[in-house]
Amino acid sequence: MQPIVVQHIHKSFGSVKALHDISFTVEEGELFGLIGPDGAGKSTLFRILATLLLADKGNAYVNGSDVVKDYRSVRRHVGYMPGRFSLYQDLTIAENLNFFATIFSTSVEENYELIRDIYEQIAPFKDRPAGKLSGGMKQKLALCCALVHKPRVLFLDEPTTGVDPVSRQEFWEMLKRLKSKGIPILVSTPYMDEAMLCDKVALIQKGEIMQINTPAAIVAGFGRQVWAVRAKNMYHLLKDIRAFEGTHSCFAFGEFLHVTLDTDESALQKYLRPLQHEDLVIRPAQPGIEDSFMQLMLEQNETT
Amino acid sequence: MSKQYAIVTKALTKRFGHFTATDAITFEVEQGEIFGFLGANGAGKTTAMRMLCGLLTPTSGEATIAGYDIYKQTEQVKKRIGYMSQKFSLYEDLTVKENIRFYAGIYGLSNQQIKEKTAELLRKLQMEKEGGQLVSSLPLGWKQKLSFSIAVIHDPSIVFLDEPTGGVDPITRRQFWDLIYEAADRGVTIFVTTHYMDEAEYCNRISIMVDGKIKALDTPRKLKEQFNADSMNDVFLQLARAKS
Repeated sequence: MQPIVVQHIHKSFGSVKALHDISFTVEEGELFGLIGPDGAGKSTLFRILATLLLADKGNAYVNGSDVVKDYRSVRRHVGYMPGRFSLYQDLTIAENLNFFATIFSTSVEENYELIRDIYEQIAPFKDRPAGKLSGGMKQKLALCCALVHKPRVLFLDEPTTGVDPVSRQEFWEMLKRLKSKGIPILVSTPYMDEAMLCDKVALIQKGEIMQINTPAAIVAGFGRQVWAVRAKNMYHLLKDIRAFEGTHSCFAFGEFLHVTLDTDESALQKYLRPLQHEDLVIRPAQPGIEDSFMQLMLEQNETT
Repeated sequence: MSKQYAIVTKALTKRFGHFTATDAITFEVEQGEIFGFLGANGAGKTTAMRMLCGLLTPTSGEATIAGYDIYKQTEQVKKRIGYMSQKFSLYEDLTVKENIRFYAGIYGLSNQQIKEKTAELLRKLQMEKEGGQLVSSLPLGWKQKLSFSIAVIHDPSIVFLDEPTGGVDPITRRQFWDLIYEAADRGVTIFVTTHYMDEAEYCNRISIMVDGKIKALDTPRKLKEQFNADSMNDVFLQLARAKS
């Protein structure tokens, strides 16, 4: 059985199309990423799958149950960590965890094995109110609360947004361990680099899925040579390359610009030579998920 | 002539009770520089930034902003700076033009200046048609660009950006940096915090705070050499993880 099946889901709010014809499946034990910026429709999709919102059209099944007809069954078997911190701020860590265990007619002890790794990191502060925890600790507590009833499917809506790189890395290490326990995970993130840590990803923008595949296949399908270009004054370099008629796209990427061309690289060299950029470097580069995402966005804008 | 400094701090410290949030930080930022101010959550960045904006009195140490003392000349400091954060937002129930007029008025621009600045800003952002729309109806990326343009409407010498690009799509994020580059090119000093390590690379120099102290400060390239790292992400992880 496929733990998550989404078929042609549509959802509008007034005149705003939040989701347009969304379909995908998540396989057993898969870590599936929904990659896209704020406003792409990720949270709306989670709310539909978590039975908190009705779609206008389409079907969805979680753990084999229809999210509309069998919503009670879905709710019992899903662990859901919403994008906004939604635990009780004035209850302590231990109280929050007990509360969620009790709601699902279980106890923290019964499923302790599943949360042990994560809970032990916050246990020293178990008598502290949730509202007084740091961002990283809140996130760990929220994950424990989503896991305490041993869900068959885990939904994580932007668990790493606004969190520093250290806590983000720790969080993804926790997800990898959970995955190894066989729990299928649907996770959303606006951070493109996190796509590489998923088994499969859907790139989502303006309510539409632009592409679904393994991260490696998405990158492999980029289809254009990327050139990494650097000079002392990056702003002037960016302006110059954008003004070059042979430029297809030019975006800042860390210490380099990523440039794709409608002509060959020697033409770019020739164009830049008289502009006298200091410390100019041009070299071939591997595209990443973010290159693909931007390329797909440009194509999407052209067709709409 | 010697270098012009937008920000100078000497052993700037803030304690809350027994907790030292900012621990004797010393650094200078040159006029026109893009300075990245990085650190893990809770490292003391926000406290430091609030002191530099004249919003919080330090416990000890010294600092000047655009030449003004942050203890005695907080009003002059506030006039010379702009501020934008992801959380700080425009008034959603005012239109784009009303927001511009409101902030420009607060910064003391004349009616004539407000009129000119409004036209210039809307043209630059290609938002002439949206001037009369409520801010609540704009996409997030547009709000952020508008918010930045309003933060520099009074031609400040320094603008403080507190995680300005969280959650926006990769193209809009880069368009936002185009605005930053352009402002820096005009000579505005940019003081920016971010959790995107690729954005750290866009800065001229970077400081990394760990537990209230500045643990590293240099150009991105020199920091990578110093820590023998491929990316700023590696540098950050090495420093922030070393603490415990």
